Amino acid sequence: MTSIAETLVSVNQVSRYYGNLLAVNNISFEMQRGEILGLLGPNGAGKSTTMQMITGNLAPSNGQISINQFDILDHPKQAKLELGYLPETPPVYTDFKVDEFLLYCAKLHRISKAHQRKAVETAKQRCVLENVGHRLIGNLSKGFQQRVGIAQAIIHQPAVIILDEPTVGLDPIQIREIRQLIGELGKEHAIILSTHILPEVTSTCDRVLIISNGELVLTETTAGLQKRMFSSSLLVGFHQPPDVKTLLQFPGVSEVENLEDNKFRLHHEPDTDPVEKIVSTSITENWRLFELTPEQLSLEEIFVDITCTESHESEPTSVEIST
Amino acid sequence: MIFNIAIKELRSLFLSPLAWSILAVLQFIFGYLFLGQLDLFLQVQPRLATMSQAPGLTEIVVAPMFTNAAIMLLLVMPLLTMRLISEEKRSGTLTLLISAPISMTEIVFGKYLGIIGFILLMLIIMALMPLSLLLGGNVDFGMVASGFLALFLLLASFTAVGLYMSTLTSQPTIAAISSFGLILLLWVIDWASGMTSDTSSTVMSYLSMLQHYQPLISGIFKSSDITYYLLFISTFLVLSIRRLDADRLQH
Repeated sequence: MTSIAETLVSVNQVSRYYGNLLAVNNISFEMQRGEILGLLGPNGAGKSTTMQMITGNLAPSNGQISINQFDILDHPKQAKLELGYLPETPPVYTDFKVDEFLLYCAKLHRISKAHQRKAVETAKQRCVLENVGHRLIGNLSKGFQQRVGIAQAIIHQPAVIILDEPTVGLDPIQIREIRQLIGELGKEHAIILSTHILPEVTSTCDRVLIISNGELVLTETTAGLQKRMFSSSLLVGFHQPPDVKTLLQFPGVSEVENLEDNKFRLHHEPDTDPVEKIVSTSITENWRLFELTPEQLSLEEIFVDITCTESHESEPTSVEIST
Repeated sequence: MIFNIAIKELRSLFLSPLAWSILAVLQFIFGYLFLGQLDLFLQVQPRLATMSQAPGLTEIVVAPMFTNAAIMLLLVMPLLTMRLISEEKRSGTLTLLISAPISMTEIVFGKYLGIIGFILLMLIIMALMPLSLLLGGNVDFGMVASGFLALFLLLASFTAVGLYMSTLTSQPTIAAISSFGLILLLWVIDWASGMTSDTSSTVMSYLSMLQHYQPLISGIFKSSDITYYLLFISTFLVLSIRRLDADRLQH
């Protein structure tokens, strides 16, 4: 991340209805230059809808979106100058050659005539397309078409790059290359990518947004996610809880989070287990222990946990909306 | 920007065999009909020489060419315009245009001008036939020019309808059928009311494309006819722009 915070994307309380169906519900977030944001969520959660709204392909029902300080609806041209978008299906003309297509994209993005050739060459080189420049896009494999799609999104060096499932259809080596490319681009640009491949998030993104049923259920840095995954923790609940300091005195306990309903999350060193001590002390001090759950989650578990509980809680509202 | 899109559109047309085969087939049929008319003229020429106020070479040979061309292109233009937007919608490439810093107006005008370019090319090839008459006779240039202007305006109107229909659907065939239907309806709209002579039939005959086409190809230049076509074209272009804009909104 760069030291100068420069807000490139600002999404403010955005909602979108399809008819009566609420697809995206009141999402807000901001992004700085040099940030890679992962958008995670199960199918139909509203990831693509969110991306389509950010790129101006769909108008939000409520809320504002601005790219590089320009509102996407009020000043679409200025906003879109700094925007590169790869939708779910790569938007390529199958009867064009790769070079011709990229040149056309360079023109569409108002790159001056003198720089068009150079821009095409750079984009091709970044996406490893040098050897297929003269071939028809329709004759290329899915992976190559996907890379042409990415080349199209970065050809004008936009400040904001939005990639909807960029690694779909690629082989493992290509996936590694694309992740590397995204990492490189992320140094100078702001990148939003959606995916349901979870390891991809930890390996490429700085920050993760989890969307479920159109709602933003988690915003967390990748470091925070890692911490959730690897640092072992205990969830304990007492009817007559002691104060936090007392809990911190248990051997191995490094951190105590005070949660609602008399519950606490105790972070402890993986090799020391304070469970036995807590149970015995709870009995002697009459804290009336009612819950004790060891937490040690993989990213999948965090993901499933968040999206499932959330969908459970919000079920009544979604039923109401869809009828 | 508009020209970039227009040139790309024209290129796409010629990348597929569609444009080539349309040009070839049309030229063959036009040539055949033209020869037929020329033959007719040669047969009746001795009798024409004895008449006063006899119709000239242009009236007998060239004017019917425009009537035939209009009817044939009525069938062909929907095939050329059907893919303009609907194909891009279906293959998801419209996103490319929408995400680029281009307005909907530029997209619509670019696409429209692409087809206009094709029409001009087709008319130039067609124009070689009347010009070949210069080898053995005199041609009424005013009348030929007026005929080409009429055909151009007519085809430009067909294109505007086709473009609009193409924004409505993501199925090119449906776009073709519906634009063909609308064009044909506007062509024959005054036939049904031909018997009566009340206000409704006046309105019908004003709406009819044929009624504004006939005078022009027989050499009568009326600004009201030109205005009709220009209004017609701008109506459908504005509708197309609005339609594309509305696609992004809630529905």
